[in-house]
Amino acid sequence: MSAALAVEGLSAGYGGDPVLTGVSFAAEAGSTVCVLGPNGGGKTTLFRALLGQLPHTEGDIRLQGHPAHVAQAAHARLDFPVSALDVALMGSLAGRWWLPARRSDRERARAAVERVGLAGLEHTPYGALSGGQRQRVLIARALVQDAQVLLLDEPLAGVDPASAETITALFADLRAEGRTLLVSSHDVEGARAFDSVLCLNRGQVAFGPPAEVLDARVLEATYGHELIVIPAGEGGRPVRAVAVQHHEH
Amino acid sequence: MIDFLTGPLESGIDRRALLEVVLLGLLCGPLSFWVRSFRLAYPSESLAHGLLPGLVLASLAGAPLIVGAAGGVAVAAVAVAIASRDRRIGSDTATAVVVSGAFGLGGLLALRPDAPARLEELLFGDPLGVSAADLAAAGALALAGGAALAVLHRPLTAVAFDAGGAGALGLRPGRVRLALLLVLATAVAVAVQGLGSLLVLAVLVAPAMAVGDRVRSPGRAMAAGAAVAVGAGVVGLYSSFHLGGAAGASVALALCAAAAGGAALGRLRRPAAPPPRAA
Repeated sequence: MSAALAVEGLSAGYGGDPVLTGVSFAAEAGSTVCVLGPNGGGKTTLFRALLGQLPHTEGDIRLQGHPAHVAQAAHARLDFPVSALDVALMGSLAGRWWLPARRSDRERARAAVERVGLAGLEHTPYGALSGGQRQRVLIARALVQDAQVLLLDEPLAGVDPASAETITALFADLRAEGRTLLVSSHDVEGARAFDSVLCLNRGQVAFGPPAEVLDARVLEATYGHELIVIPAGEGGRPVRAVAVQHHEH
Repeated sequence: MIDFLTGPLESGIDRRALLEVVLLGLLCGPLSFWVRSFRLAYPSESLAHGLLPGLVLASLAGAPLIVGAAGGVAVAAVAVAIASRDRRIGSDTATAVVVSGAFGLGGLLALRPDAPARLEELLFGDPLGVSAADLAAAGALALAGGAALAVLHRPLTAVAFDAGGAGALGLRPGRVRLALLLVLATAVAVAVQGLGSLLVLAVLVAPAMAVGDRVRSPGRAMAAGAAVAVGAGVVGLYSSFHLGGAAGASVALALCAAAAGGAALGRLRRPAAPPPRAA
């Protein structure tokens, strides 16, 4: 398989000192990477650099096409009059934003909404959907972009079980299609289901298969005091860890 | 009844005034949806007040007011942009100082002993004073503004919904917002002839407030805003004609009455919070 994404010696920031340094990793087509790190550890900065929204001060990024990004549903406005289909249709904006949507664009958007399990809710206002449904609509918007690389910002955070199940199954389908998924998360245990794990704490702490990366030393270097590490048990049981999340109010 | 309706149409002055408020409504009604969505009411007011020196200078020079309005908007926008660059002051404070200063300068110029007595018209507008040339210029600018809104429709929708997500789609939210501000400046230049520097804000804010959240798409919100703005403009002119009030102020009052009515209706009809939806 070929590398869909390769990052070498990346440093990136917001104009001053870089807030993320020394990041090097690669992901093959059809693979999944879980990006772990504390709040402020550089996950969003990495995604913004991959999207080309931040100039990187050092290093190199090689990508297959322009990636699609799925932000957390909480960032979109609930009082704005758009339907689920309208939001999915925004995925067809790139390159021809000045023209009305074509019929083929609408068909792709409708198919994407159906694919995330929301058939019949195409015309429901976005703000009237549940949190999990809104997250699925944003994934549909990314599907319409038809990108080879998808960047997903905590897609399962605060999502109801039914939506989480749909999203997880969709990730498996996308992986089977040869798409590469980078998923930022605080779920250390959930990271074991990914092909690779990238641990960030203002710089790269570790990258590799979960079985090699997720040990007590790496997790403590990644999260510091924001992590409860449960040591390895008998019978080869792996080290377990729970990230302590801080919510802004 | 027939006389009531045809009375204002009998004179050329009133027919031009009607056409002027229809043009204003067709541009500013749809635009008001975006003013509300991007929370641009304060910048709109700032532009409208900051252009007063341009209006006064055009009036003193005998030039079309729309030329002075366009120049005044451009100078005010540049001055606000420069002043806002100082982060220690903050953009709101910088804007307030620049606009107050511009407004004061406009008043000083207009109140000189040798200046023609047109300050009242510049502040409160006079649709009845619109010439055929003014109307043609307003029509051309309204057409350009409407075309810009049509071209920008999808980016405006994406950015207003989720600016961060729109950036990831390849759009530049800052540039989209700047383009909207340019359309807004054009609309202010058009509308200030009829409604004046003080009342122009009514047509940029009131239609969207009258429509409220009763529509399900930006396109419908814009169409409803246009209908409200045109309707209120016509009602304002008719009431001015029959009651003998100032035309610009009557139009502004009709727009604000529509906004108040829409807001009250929204409160009456707003359903209880829906139950949580099953996934």
